[in-house]
Amino acid sequence: MSARAEPVGGRLMTLPFRILSMFAILGAVLIAWRMVVGLGPATGLSDSYPWGLWISFDVVTGTALGCGGYAVAILLYILNRGRYHALIRPAILTSALGYSLAAVAILIDVGRPWFIWRIPLGGFPDMGSYNWNSALLEVALCVMAYVAVLWIELSPAFFEKWQAEGRRKPRLAALSRRALPIVKKAMLWIVALGVLLPTMHQSSLGALMLLTGPKLHPLWNTPWLPLLFLISCVTMGYGVVVIESALSSRFFRRRAETSMLGSLYGAAALAIALLLALRFVDIAVSGKLGLLFAPRWVTLAFWAEVLLVAVPALLWLKPANRSDITVLFRGAMMILLAGALYRFDTYLVAFDPGVHASYFPTVPEILVTVGIIAFELLAYLWLVKRFPILSGAPARTAEA
Amino acid sequence: MALDRRTFFRGAAAAGAAAAVGTVPADARERREAPADARGMLYDTTRCIGCKACVVACKQANSLPADTRTEGMATWDAPTALNDRTKNIIQLYKGEGRRSYVKRQCMHCIDPACVGACMIGALRKREYGVVTWDKSRCIGCRYCQMVCPFNVPKFEWNDANPYIIKCEFCKDRPGDKKFVPACCEVCPRQAVIEGPYRELLAEAKRRLAEHPDRYVPHVYGEKELGGTQVLYLSHVPFEKLGFEYSHEEPVPELQQTVQHGIYRGFVAPAALYALLGAVMIRNRRRNAAAGAEEEES
Repeated sequence: MSARAEPVGGRLMTLPFRILSMFAILGAVLIAWRMVVGLGPATGLSDSYPWGLWISFDVVTGTALGCGGYAVAILLYILNRGRYHALIRPAILTSALGYSLAAVAILIDVGRPWFIWRIPLGGFPDMGSYNWNSALLEVALCVMAYVAVLWIELSPAFFEKWQAEGRRKPRLAALSRRALPIVKKAMLWIVALGVLLPTMHQSSLGALMLLTGPKLHPLWNTPWLPLLFLISCVTMGYGVVVIESALSSRFFRRRAETSMLGSLYGAAALAIALLLALRFVDIAVSGKLGLLFAPRWVTLAFWAEVLLVAVPALLWLKPANRSDITVLFRGAMMILLAGALYRFDTYLVAFDPGVHASYFPTVPEILVTVGIIAFELLAYLWLVKRFPILSGAPARTAEA
Repeated sequence: MALDRRTFFRGAAAAGAAAAVGTVPADARERREAPADARGMLYDTTRCIGCKACVVACKQANSLPADTRTEGMATWDAPTALNDRTKNIIQLYKGEGRRSYVKRQCMHCIDPACVGACMIGALRKREYGVVTWDKSRCIGCRYCQMVCPFNVPKFEWNDANPYIIKCEFCKDRPGDKKFVPACCEVCPRQAVIEGPYRELLAEAKRRLAEHPDRYVPHVYGEKELGGTQVLYLSHVPFEKLGFEYSHEEPVPELQQTVQHGIYRGFVAPAALYALLGAVMIRNRRRNAAAGAEEEES
């Protein structure tokens, strides 16, 4: 049965919503404070560690967690697996929120945000002052474009709702009536962009750290970094979708789609096999095998990344595990954690400025990150309850 | 997705084979050379007496505030390293019964990592090959700090309008002092001198040849990291002075080779976009046909 997407409905101001709101407001206050006092007092960043929690986690890991939209779009539109249709809207929503808030994190992190508008405007007024050699330029332009694409891809959910509310909001309804057919016609080319753009910027996020050259630990420093980041992003995309689907089933009391999730998980397992093979063979061929057992903290980080991703892949091999929602969920969590750790390690843990320095985020820095995540969850809850995003078995009165 | 153990392991084997065979594309980007009018500095540790006149002169010429933050030195302008108030510093190495001063500032690399990194062109190699920073472009992303192998660019962390602080070869000195480094002007022993890069390199080699017993037989900056326009002669090993890296590959070389290999002429992204569109059109037709068949039957 293929039920249409519908708003989940139900009360918005539940207890979790109120708690999340508190964290979001606190985060907003701290962001305003950081803008006034500068990055120094607000964060633990320094000349030795100029990139910390906000870049390594909010931006780099946050966008990877937003790869659900990318993963499902490939499955649904490229590989033509129609059975995943119900997953596309929630996945695109998660991605849209994840990427939008990663963009917010960048705005907070850069020291001179008043010049950021130069980037989408070709360096205006010094037109052409782009540096096309910079991987960061590619990431910036691509992410900006992708945020726009994601919200356009999601727009039918808004237009459908506004059209349905014709009488209460006539202007929005009229706009929706005109916009919806246009978006639907262009959707194929928009979706194609939605697959092209993340392919580009997720690999560029890997290329970005290649430029740090000798400061990046050899176990992470490889010319394959762009490809590894891309594959890792795909695994995380599938992980996000499995978790999101399982959680939504639980929260909104719908049936869990274990057979669909089990097969999704399989795609992730294949990607994991590729990832690990690529990493280890490259390490062996470059003569870095000795580093695998060096008595350093970074070695632990490396093995954590590997094991967290190898165990779920191996778990999947057993058929009984593929239809057990708990195993699938836990495996997906491990995949997400592994991917997040890989990015976090590449950008922070494996980065060695070569001087005696250390970095640890300050409390305000952490609270801003928590606030941003809280806001993301708030937006997700609101949109899912009020707009036709989720589909599947109809919910009873849901409380979440 | 029909997936089984066999596909799983086949995929892994394929990736392994790809990694073993794959190498960085053979047509790596060309090594850069210093521009024809390149100017630089030559610093000779055997002449430096650690008077720090250069540190004072740099502060004055660049209108930098005094750094009174050093513990126990609150009434002195006494920075201990390059920082947001210090574009030039003298540090001391003591060890194994030897000592040496070392002057640290921007190396004005021939193929700078920071220039390769800066997406908006705030850091560029300008006249004389000097690496300069443009406050009207910088967005403060600090990617330059991440990539500089010498950890040169410093950031004004405690400022709501933060600048990147680094030696710019005195590009802002007024009149005919423009691009005449103040540090070289005041040095009482001519431990640091400035001039045309190629002449300085020749002078460095001449000193090595004339007094081989005095120096480590190497000019640091001639080849390292693609070459730097600030050159060093030393009587102690360069690693002791804080020069960690001795490889010749310029920092941007690998990343740009990989990046350009993928994006050259934007062909690959355009081709991928066309392919994606074509696949989706085909899928749409197939689904429509399958839908029509279902209706008929």
